[in-house]
Amino acid sequence: MKKTNIKTNDLILQTATKVVVFIIILFSWHLFFSGHYTPGGGFIGGLLTSGAIVLLLLAFDLKTVLAFLPIDYIKMTATGLLIALLTGVGSFFFDAPFLTHTFSYVDLPILGTTSLATAVLFDLGVYLVVIGVTMTIIQTIGETE
Amino acid sequence: MTLLHVAILSPFIIAILVPFLHNYFQKIHTGWFILPLPILLFVYFLSLISSTMNGETIRNTASWIPSLGINFTAYIDGLGLLFALLITGIGALVILYSIYYLSKVKEQLNTFYVYLLLFMGAMLGVVLSDNLIVLYTFWELTSLSSFLLIGYWYEREKSRYGAQKSMMITIFGGLLMLGGFIMLYMMTNTFSIREIIEQVPTIAQHHLFIPALILILFGAFTKSAQFPFYIWLPDAMEAPTPVSAYLHSATMVKAGIYLVARFSPVFAGTPEWFWIVSAFGIFTMFWGSFNAIKQTDLKGILAFSTVSQLGMIMSMLGVGSAAIALDSIDDSYYTVAILAAMFHLMNHATFKGSLFMIVGIIDHETGTRDIRKLGGLMGLMPITFTISIIGAFSMAGLPPFNGFLSKEMFFSSMIRIVELNIFNLESLGLLFPIVAWVGSIFTFIYSMVLVFKTFTGKYQPEKLEKKPHEAPIGMLISPIILASLVIVFFFFPNLLAYTIIEPAMASIIPAVLGDGEHFHVHISPWHGFTLELYMTIGVVALGILGYFTLRKWSGIYRFIPERLTINKGYDAALYSLDKSSFHLTRFYMTGSIRNYLLYIFTFFIVILGTSLAVKGGFSFSLEGNASVGIYEVILAGVILIGTITSLFAKSRLTSIIALGSVGYTVSLFFVLFRAPDLALTQLSVETVSVALFLLCFYHLPEFKKPEKKLNFNWPNFIISLGVGTIVSLLALSANSQRVSETISTYFIENSYKLAGGKNMVNVILVDFRGFDTLFEITVLGIASLGIFGMIRLQVRKEEER
Repeated sequence: MKKTNIKTNDLILQTATKVVVFIIILFSWHLFFSGHYTPGGGFIGGLLTSGAIVLLLLAFDLKTVLAFLPIDYIKMTATGLLIALLTGVGSFFFDAPFLTHTFSYVDLPILGTTSLATAVLFDLGVYLVVIGVTMTIIQTIGETE
Repeated sequence: MTLLHVAILSPFIIAILVPFLHNYFQKIHTGWFILPLPILLFVYFLSLISSTMNGETIRNTASWIPSLGINFTAYIDGLGLLFALLITGIGALVILYSIYYLSKVKEQLNTFYVYLLLFMGAMLGVVLSDNLIVLYTFWELTSLSSFLLIGYWYEREKSRYGAQKSMMITIFGGLLMLGGFIMLYMMTNTFSIREIIEQVPTIAQHHLFIPALILILFGAFTKSAQFPFYIWLPDAMEAPTPVSAYLHSATMVKAGIYLVARFSPVFAGTPEWFWIVSAFGIFTMFWGSFNAIKQTDLKGILAFSTVSQLGMIMSMLGVGSAAIALDSIDDSYYTVAILAAMFHLMNHATFKGSLFMIVGIIDHETGTRDIRKLGGLMGLMPITFTISIIGAFSMAGLPPFNGFLSKEMFFSSMIRIVELNIFNLESLGLLFPIVAWVGSIFTFIYSMVLVFKTFTGKYQPEKLEKKPHEAPIGMLISPIILASLVIVFFFFPNLLAYTIIEPAMASIIPAVLGDGEHFHVHISPWHGFTLELYMTIGVVALGILGYFTLRKWSGIYRFIPERLTINKGYDAALYSLDKSSFHLTRFYMTGSIRNYLLYIFTFFIVILGTSLAVKGGFSFSLEGNASVGIYEVILAGVILIGTITSLFAKSRLTSIIALGSVGYTVSLFFVLFRAPDLALTQLSVETVSVALFLLCFYHLPEFKKPEKKLNFNWPNFIISLGVGTIVSLLALSANSQRVSETISTYFIENSYKLAGGKNMVNVILVDFRGFDTLFEITVLGIASLGIFGMIRLQVRKEEER
């Protein structure tokens, strides 16, 4: 298979990526945590995070990215699924049906009064699965060039 | 959640820990970590005896899917407790035995114990659930864990074959049983067994009553290896011996017995129930014992013997059900059958469990289970020999062992059936005692074969793979305990009478009892010179004769042609199924994605289009729609251009970018209509998928214009036109028909009140429709594994070449 070397002059891309990736990831976390009140949530947060990683993949190559993000994405998917399932099961211990969520307001240092919802735990599962799945697919397809 | 729920779920919780225990404490056999669990559970269940003895029941509900009437209701009565004690008691002994049986160096212990715990929890769930759907879930989980355990040595062809066979047959029955459960629900509107029993008088005349009865019996018969479904049990013997001792003699196969007992209050009293249960039971008893004799594998003999004994218990349950049919007769006359069934259930678990463990020891110490190679081991393995004498004599029904007592009661119940004048028993009743008696003679013979062919006769060390010697003490503890129970139950049978057996009887045939009454249970080792005793003497005499002349008459087995056995039928059915589905699949799975899309779209048009047309679903009304703004027109134009470009693009890159522009424009629409969540999602999805497309470029062949111009394809044209039309019509009709208030008001009102979230979309995803999301991410995960497997496996194949 012919392979054209497109990475001859991507200094600008690489430098910009180094900065931008952090911004995207921070933004995706913001989306994830604020999902209960404003647009966002596990699904979008996860997609944006994987978008950031995809950007890394485009700017650098698979090996470099894998070197500083040594994540097994299949395990990530499994962890996410387990978390989502366990939050569902957790409600059994409070005599509530499967996947019942609850919330309350708590005073936290620095943040002030914050609402904490168990749904966020479930959302964390979704977040992890979305990243895991997208990155598994992209990585497996990308690796077999 | 109550302690009872925790008890049922505890094996699953421990199962999660097993891999960690196995990895971090390599020097300690994993079994030692598991052993405390069944012991604790056993003690816990023992502590409940005092309440079930007084006829009390415990029923605790944890809601699961309350809207569908599916709740995790743990329920303990006499019957459930008897089984729970069996499961945990035998479970503890089997795990202790397995610690010495399975080498910690050679075997994958973590998987073994995970499967075993899975099984134990599932089995507890089956016998302690009041909700039919929960019961069914656990029921299939026992099939599944049994499949994994039988296939434990998966590199052996026979293990895989046996595992598949047991799975096919038991799950087939389980699915039919589910059908029966649903019919019960349709009749009674509840999934709770308790509540169904309360409605029995009203449902007995329902037209679904008999179909439900038959379907549920399918489940019971496949699980309990009744004729003709027993064929999976001998093949299941490929499992490690602790598994055979546990699943295939003491617990799982008895789930069918449990089911029949559990549903006796519902169905018993009808002639169908009586005849099916008792006739299949008694025939299985005869057939199993008859076939056991021709086996040469020790475990094969035990497997057929289990089939036979399960048939025996089943027939007693059937006969006992006659007690419910008639009020006028003396009840104690027929309740003896139920008493015998429960008593024999316990006895069978003790002697068969010990015999399986003995066979495991012989296999372990000599390297073979083939009866033709064994012999003369008596002097070398004295303790093993003693235990097997106890087990086998009990199985043959000889005193002073517990099998004698329950077999005498079996005879009594079979004799008394002759006097019954319902269900056509006047003419056919005599068959029962005769078949039972003949079957018992065969039982006697194979029990003798089992002991004496192994331990007496000529010692042939040259045929054995190892030099035999007595087993290590750890391996002997469990069979010794079981064998001593065999004797204890003979001399003190009333230890069990009112503590365990009577409460179980009360839950099988509650209709016979009045308020506060108890069954009269008296089991005595000596019951005088009765017809039963003469029958036993006959069994022994003819049995001894049969054993010594075995060589002369064993030729009759050759008269049963090998071609006509049920096993052959099963294999042939499986083969033809395989073959015909292969042909069928090859017919439509052409490998061309165009064909697949054609099928999908044709079905789409036919099913959706016709059903909408028939139901009058199409309608158009633009009433209440907002006017179309300038932005929307522009965006629609962009989408149109993008679509057309992607169709007629000369290069792949153009096509993908055009497609991307369609996606981005759609997200602009979302922005316009104030759905920022959707817009964000659409944008990210579009970005990631365009990146994915770019990656896929490497794999796709060169983009070529087809050399010859494609002919205009009428069918394709019609189908694409049809799909487009139907989708547009569907969208228009969906918008035009406002039958009820939109569901969004509910979410607007409740999302903050009930879930504390202001973002409705997110609240719907995680809260109101969390179950959907859970399944969606599961599907995503499976899809990614599929892609991973497809690409990785392909790469590996290329490397191998």
